[in-house]
Amino acid sequence: MSTFVYMTRCDGCGHCVDICPSDIMHIDETIRRAVNIEPNFCWECYACVKACPNHAIDVRGYADFAPMGHSVRVRREEEKGTISWKIKFRNGKEKNFVSPITTKPWGKFIPKLTEEDKPKQGAIKTQILYNEPEGLNTKKELPSIAKDSFKKGVYY
Amino acid sequence: MIYNNPFSTLSELVPPIVMQGFLITMIVFVAIGTLVDIIHKKNVKYFFENAKKAKKSATRELGIGEKTSVIVKTVVYDIGTTSELGAGKRRAAHLLGMYGTILFWIASTVMIFCYSSQSSNTPSLWTVIWHVGAIMTVLGGSWFWFFLRVDVYSEAHPWYRVIKADLFVLALIATSLFGLIWSYLQFLNLNDRWDDKVFLVLYVVSNLVLFGGVYWSKFAHMFYKPGAAIQKNLAEADGSRDNLPPEADAPKKFGLGIKREAPKHY
Repeated sequence: MSTFVYMTRCDGCGHCVDICPSDIMHIDETIRRAVNIEPNFCWECYACVKACPNHAIDVRGYADFAPMGHSVRVRREEEKGTISWKIKFRNGKEKNFVSPITTKPWGKFIPKLTEEDKPKQGAIKTQILYNEPEGLNTKKELPSIAKDSFKKGVYY
Repeated sequence: MIYNNPFSTLSELVPPIVMQGFLITMIVFVAIGTLVDIIHKKNVKYFFENAKKAKKSATRELGIGEKTSVIVKTVVYDIGTTSELGAGKRRAAHLLGMYGTILFWIASTVMIFCYSSQSSNTPSLWTVIWHVGAIMTVLGGSWFWFFLRVDVYSEAHPWYRVIKADLFVLALIATSLFGLIWSYLQFLNLNDRWDDKVFLVLYVVSNLVLFGGVYWSKFAHMFYKPGAAIQKNLAEADGSRDNLPPEADAPKKFGLGIKREAPKHY
């Protein structure tokens, strides 16, 4: 179920643009509000729906298994550490769920990446990923594949 | 300069009735632009249909007193302090621009209709409001445009990229800035030199763009946003909540979460 934005609720803060793993939440050039530019590429991860501070993002169900008239909406309250879902069925039946989203204070166990040193441009050419090898709890050099061992036709 | 009524000095060149006619034309432009916008985008039709649908899922009926209280609270808090922008620079810039513009427009209207003849003695209060309003608009608008635009902040577009959404804010800044410069040049009394006339023309043109471009710009958001805020709060009060789940019954003990950082991890 891909996402869409209620323009009356969106204030163009950019949190959804920031968080979308598919990079399909963008800012509309006419009204400077968020918009899902490519619903077909939506991962349906709900990251933007949960991140939106104004509850301006909703999901549009596919007609074959979620017929018109239904509603699935979410309210994420980070200060309370809860995520609430309201499922409204086509026949008017409603179900409400409240789940914890964390059991630890925010920021305590989240790596503060903005405070880390920026990676050097040359790092993009290596096969080592961010935080490797320390992040894998080793100080040894990680094995890598020599480029000349690639089969013919593969270029990097 | 701050005690100068630019419209009074202008009356040597342009009769007050022309200035008043210009102002009324601008109001008509806004009305027509908004109306065409409503008809073309069908946003108001959608808005009322949605509100009607939401009313069906209301869990309780709101009395007139309760409705009035919700509306008054929304106007004073949500609209008056643009609370939807949260705490931070965006809200401060918006408040500066919003109240600056309101002051600037009210003072312009009063000065044009009451104190635009050569013989009139303008109370310093109105000239001060006009200049302070213009300065606030320029500061708030420029702060937003140079530093806080979401397409620059969150999407990493260059600051000099101008898009259609900039029409409103740039026209607003231009109107106030050219108005201020025009007033300053009048105050310098340059013996009928060309300078102030150039900025008068720029002031008029920027007004035409601002009020004549309502259909293409974000101008009408100042009518839609308050309406949407009132509907949102009424929906919260009557239990329909636009189908959103109710707020969880839990203490706020986990900190700000996503609001800790501004979105700029492009």
